[in-house]
Amino acid sequence: MTKFENGSAFTRRSVLLGGGALVVSVGAAVSIDTMLALQSAYAQGARPSLTPDQLSSYIAVNADGSVAAYFGKMDMGHGLQVAIAQIVAEELDVPFKSVKVYMGDTANSVNQGGASGSTGIQMGGKQMRMAAAEARRVLVEMAASQLSVPAEKLVITDGVITASDDGSKRISYAQLIGGKYFNVQLDWNKAYGNTLYAPGKAQPKKPSEHKIVGQPIKREDVAPKVFAQEDFVTDIKVDGMVHGRMIRPAVAGAVPVNVDEASINDIPGAKVVWDKGFLGVVADKEWDAIQAAQKLKVEWSQVEPPFPDQASLYDHIRKASVRKRNIEKENGNVDEAFKSAAKVIEAEYEWPFQSHASMGPACALVEIKDGKVTCWSGTQKSHFVQQGLASTLGVPLESVHVVWKTGPGSYGRNDADDCAMDAAVLAKSVGKPVRLQYMRDQGTGWDPKGPASVHKVRAAIDGSGKVTAYEFMSKAFSRVDVDTNGSKTFDTLAGQTRGGDLKSGDGFGIPAESYAFDNKRAGWETIPPLLDRSSPLRTSHLRDPVGPQIHFASESFIDEVAASLNVDPIEFRLRHVKEARDIALLKAVAEKSGWQSRPSPRRDQTGNKVSGRGLAYSQRNGTRVAIVAEVDIDRSTGKIWARKFTVAHDCGQIINPDGLVKCIEGNIVQGVSRTLWEEVTFDRKAVTSVDWLTYPILDITETPGEVNVVLINYPDIAPSGAGEPSIRPVAAAIANAIFDATGVRIRRVPFSPERVKSALS
Amino acid sequence: MTQRFTLSVNGTSHTINADPDMPLLYALRDDLGLNNPHFGCGLAQCGACTVHLDGQPTRSCITTISSVGDAKITTLAGLGTPEKPHPLQTAYIEEQVPQCGYCINGWLMTAAAFLRDKKKPTEAEIKEALSGLKCRCGTHISIMKAVKRAATMMG
Repeated sequence: MTKFENGSAFTRRSVLLGGGALVVSVGAAVSIDTMLALQSAYAQGARPSLTPDQLSSYIAVNADGSVAAYFGKMDMGHGLQVAIAQIVAEELDVPFKSVKVYMGDTANSVNQGGASGSTGIQMGGKQMRMAAAEARRVLVEMAASQLSVPAEKLVITDGVITASDDGSKRISYAQLIGGKYFNVQLDWNKAYGNTLYAPGKAQPKKPSEHKIVGQPIKREDVAPKVFAQEDFVTDIKVDGMVHGRMIRPAVAGAVPVNVDEASINDIPGAKVVWDKGFLGVVADKEWDAIQAAQKLKVEWSQVEPPFPDQASLYDHIRKASVRKRNIEKENGNVDEAFKSAAKVIEAEYEWPFQSHASMGPACALVEIKDGKVTCWSGTQKSHFVQQGLASTLGVPLESVHVVWKTGPGSYGRNDADDCAMDAAVLAKSVGKPVRLQYMRDQGTGWDPKGPASVHKVRAAIDGSGKVTAYEFMSKAFSRVDVDTNGSKTFDTLAGQTRGGDLKSGDGFGIPAESYAFDNKRAGWETIPPLLDRSSPLRTSHLRDPVGPQIHFASESFIDEVAASLNVDPIEFRLRHVKEARDIALLKAVAEKSGWQSRPSPRRDQTGNKVSGRGLAYSQRNGTRVAIVAEVDIDRSTGKIWARKFTVAHDCGQIINPDGLVKCIEGNIVQGVSRTLWEEVTFDRKAVTSVDWLTYPILDITETPGEVNVVLINYPDIAPSGAGEPSIRPVAAAIANAIFDATGVRIRRVPFSPERVKSALS
Repeated sequence: MTQRFTLSVNGTSHTINADPDMPLLYALRDDLGLNNPHFGCGLAQCGACTVHLDGQPTRSCITTISSVGDAKITTLAGLGTPEKPHPLQTAYIEEQVPQCGYCINGWLMTAAAFLRDKKKPTEAEIKEALSGLKCRCGTHISIMKAVKRAATMMG
């Protein structure tokens, strides 16, 4: 609890005396009445409505002068809260340590979209910057009146406003508004989610004035983690709580037709919750709930196995009916250019379903008490979960409170939102608070999957070796078969299993780069899901949604064209990228990696142990990343070690360089894992990759030896995202390095030893 | 049927009634209310539940309560404190290792036993000792830096 939340104890006396350790002279010139009149304009004791157009929805000054920042997004492990606190402290002119960021709590923040699309700083930080700047402006105005000093003659140091020509005239933020709420209207754009924007009248500081932004400030949440003092969502307990477990069918699409509740009669407190396809159990103790889920005798409906053989997955995609086609980018006359080409280069690339495989399966706790619903969740999007819970339970939105707690890892629309809804259904049914955690096989086997895809790319080359046309088409499962959050019942397993309406969405994407080809087309086609209800292969957002697969294809292909024309891969890209920041980026990665100009493959190696280097580059919503991978390959085993990465990263203004480097390192390592190892396996009945043996990820013995990061800082360019962009080009960089080493092009992920060995033999 | 078990956890003795086949993990989390270790897989494949039994890293998710006997149990909270941190905890903070942090018990408890028994390990020896542990956020680069830093601190 913050002191701010005890603000109702505020008195006139406390205003006059101020809070904290500062000794402040209010000054005889200001009467109590004047002071209170000013405060009533900008400050009040009752909290204004929690709406995006109120400054109080983002910023508050506590009685002791510390600052609370209420943030409608949350950190997924990159230290976002540090960057937000830096931005707020910078704009408010208060010490970094005096700012505390409260994340993702629906009771004190507005819907800024949650953790989504690497927009934590890009969009969330932008809003917090504008809110803090407005708070500072208002505080200066209040001080100007109270001190009878023009605003332009006031200076602020550590939350104390002083007359620049008379040091005795000073007043602190705490005295001005501490413990009360801002009563200031913002100019809200009426949007919720990532695009929410509500500036005030203030202009933020110029980047050249920044003192806190840009500093490598460390995370304060690391110590509580290493001393086991932080509560994860899995650790939350409430009185009267029982434990829940869900039961999923062995054949996807089957539903229970007979449930023998007597089969778990001997387990203390065991109860069954069954509603159509929804089947769960609760028990007083966690181990008992696990036992009950295993022992419960269930007869399932007989259904046709819904999936194709995995070996025919890509044939299925190629042959499947197209549900939506979207050409997102087209210039020139692509078809004509191909007709007149001297040479056409074409290739197809394939990417499998992949799982979030979060470190732990999702967990949520739901308590329904006195008409109020409280949910503790590790979701990335608590405000959307609030909506989903209201729909699932049939209660007003205002009666639902979602408290975000750190979950067991999250990289997009994983199993967290499904878990919150399932827990709510269990809690409502049994009339007790229910803590539900999925089991490992459910976390890996039943999370929404990153979509499998096929990418068809071709380039037309004229007689002089110039690329005259380029076409990139993906055909894939949708990135939004279920949407990116659990706000709609049809996007959650609780909604789907209980028989509600279905509404599968369509979306994919195209390469993000600045290659200028005279004739260029990029688009996608989506196909229907393999099973339309309660499918373990339903697809949604997995870190950098569809970015890894698209850029595996696009940046592998650019490399193929360069090799075909016998041009160095960086030189080829520099000929075609048109944006200055991309050119600077490519030059930076070349210099840092010690790149020697020559075409691929290198052709100078014999024996089983060979090495290669590969480049890939891509953009993502303003951010640009170029990667050089240096890879060792054992031809006899097919084993690859992605030994060294050099990363040039440009996300505009850098808020915290150390946090950014850690974020990039994680992207690279997870990218290597997804490239070399990760593939959801399935048979005709079910997903068969259900644990760490059947869904292997990178082991520390295979971890890159070096990740060297070049941060390119543009202080005057508004920051764009970093949470995902650097995972995007990893697969292509590795594929290009394999080609460089061996002359063999691998066009299907993952590059498992068997696949590589087979390709090289 | 439940039986009575006495567990020594981080130097404190606790008595619980439990199914003898119940994994130690649930005794620690559910019966004793400890926030560490974590449930990651229940299959001894990830390490998130790792504790020390008489100093040996043990996956508590598959260790039945009846097999613990008199072994002294140490969890991450018993490895060190903010006032008296284990060198690995200090190194983890210095290197800012964790992202989500859910995997942390496995790495710290396994590395602590390894560094206790193996002075001045090589990089390859560290990797071998930590092989099999999972970190989904991909903090492996920082993990290696931290373990090497702790190894230096531990001489």
